[in-house]
Amino acid sequence: MKIIESNTISEPPVVPLRNEGLLGQLAAIGVLLALILGFFLYAGGWLTPHALTPASIVNTFERVAGMHSGFRRNHAKGVCVTGYFESNGQGQAISKSLVFLPERVPIVGRFAFAGGQPYAADSAQTVRSLAILFKLPDGEEWRTAMINIPVFLVNTPQAFNEFLVVSSPEPGTGKVNATAMNAFLSRHPETAAALKMIGSHPFSSGFGDSPYFALNAFRFINAGGESVPVRWWVAPEETFSRANSPVTGKNYLFDALIKQVHAKPLRWHLFLTVGKPEDPTAQAASPWPPDRRQIDAGTLTIDSIESEDTSPTRDINFDPLVLPDGIAPSDDPLLSARSAVYSQSFIRREGERKSPSAVSPAEVGK
Amino acid sequence: MLTPNNPAQFAPLARIVHWVMAALLLAMLFIGVSMVSSLGSYHMLLSIHRRLGILILVLAAIRLATRMFTRLPAFPPTMSQPERFVAKASELLMYTLFFALPLVGWGMLSAGHYPIVMFGAVHLPPILPARPGLYAKLRETHTILAYLLFLTFLAHLGAVLFHTLILRDRLLNRMVPWSVRAIEGEGRH
Repeated sequence: MKIIESNTISEPPVVPLRNEGLLGQLAAIGVLLALILGFFLYAGGWLTPHALTPASIVNTFERVAGMHSGFRRNHAKGVCVTGYFESNGQGQAISKSLVFLPERVPIVGRFAFAGGQPYAADSAQTVRSLAILFKLPDGEEWRTAMINIPVFLVNTPQAFNEFLVVSSPEPGTGKVNATAMNAFLSRHPETAAALKMIGSHPFSSGFGDSPYFALNAFRFINAGGESVPVRWWVAPEETFSRANSPVTGKNYLFDALIKQVHAKPLRWHLFLTVGKPEDPTAQAASPWPPDRRQIDAGTLTIDSIESEDTSPTRDINFDPLVLPDGIAPSDDPLLSARSAVYSQSFIRREGERKSPSAVSPAEVGK
Repeated sequence: MLTPNNPAQFAPLARIVHWVMAALLLAMLFIGVSMVSSLGSYHMLLSIHRRLGILILVLAAIRLATRMFTRLPAFPPTMSQPERFVAKASELLMYTLFFALPLVGWGMLSAGHYPIVMFGAVHLPPILPARPGLYAKLRETHTILAYLLFLTFLAHLGAVLFHTLILRDRLLNRMVPWSVRAIEGEGRH
């Protein structure tokens, strides 16, 4: 039998199995396979269950804000908007991105409150956000999520996760644990300094008259291949007024925004703050010197507003690293971490049953 | 099925693509499993993952075409009929996964409303409509298929090592990148 097979396929005779050494050889193969499996498990984080991961940060959000199926784990309460960005061409000096050609590109966006509670009452003291997606003519996208504080609170994902815990009210008392917060601030002077700076910049009266800051530094690359560090922010055309409008309902700040957009388009100027080579790009909690060059790159116009319940923007992840050619991440560790955590939040919420948004289609329509 | 004309090895292109894909797929499995638990390296790993995924899809097409239009080497006599069946079934499974994993990844990004960025301004079009529930299902499928591929890879490696090191039937010669002739067997024609 063996000979016939050998003739047909020109194979050498098979070396018969020898029992001595067989177990050792089998064990060697088994050990190799086990090592590969072990390395795979290690790479996937299964052997280090207490390491900080995108999933564990999202778990922290769920712990401090409660579990709200179908909603973003942060900036959960919001409304969706559409409009356009009209570039004036000034941005081309530092970026080759098509978004800075002197043309108009459509945008979709979302105003929201920071925090993971989708039905929390509006408060002028809660951090507000504006997320924008620019749709470039070649199909590229630029997504940015900005908030109304001039510097970020921390420099690293580890500090962020810790700050999230110490700055949240404790379940028993309903208050922030002052001892834990002070201990955190003494270990993180950059956060103490950031809080001081944020405290000296009062919030505006609403969504429409507020500036929004992207906070993290990016690299802008122009057609000549030059790369400069950039932080961007948007300045409202509406006159900034201090937070003092009367509370008229749970959604009073969203209702005011809806009324404004229905009355006339709201506009913001996109400012590119160009850093110098010595400016740190990996310290989101520290501002750059105030004399840095500011490029007014164009105008964002928001002319339509919609409830999350009916808007496709509800299902967009405003991942800060969805960037067009000409804008690149800096060495800021928060950027990759934000991208990872947003993605984890997106994976979870898109697999869950959706509940109605606090700001209903009827409310936006009135 | 077995004719005297069966070559001793797979076609040269098939062998080269096999080893390139083996290296890329193993790298992809480790990159994939690392990036989902990573914060600081997430973006860098994901950028590589997307590009390699599409490269693997292209290589899989080349490999399938090569397999369809070239003659295959015979199984060694050390393989019983049931073992041959298992080998063929696992080969079919691996080919399916070579195509399914990149396509599910591409489809998942499409359904999740993500641009599928390759490099610079170059990006791929969506292959599915943006739909939230679909994104979540495909994202889960992508993970399950990747684990399945990893386990199939371990079984494949284990079986080849068993044949090559213990049975010493030179099964591996069919796929080594260099040219091998069945010299010792030829004397017995």
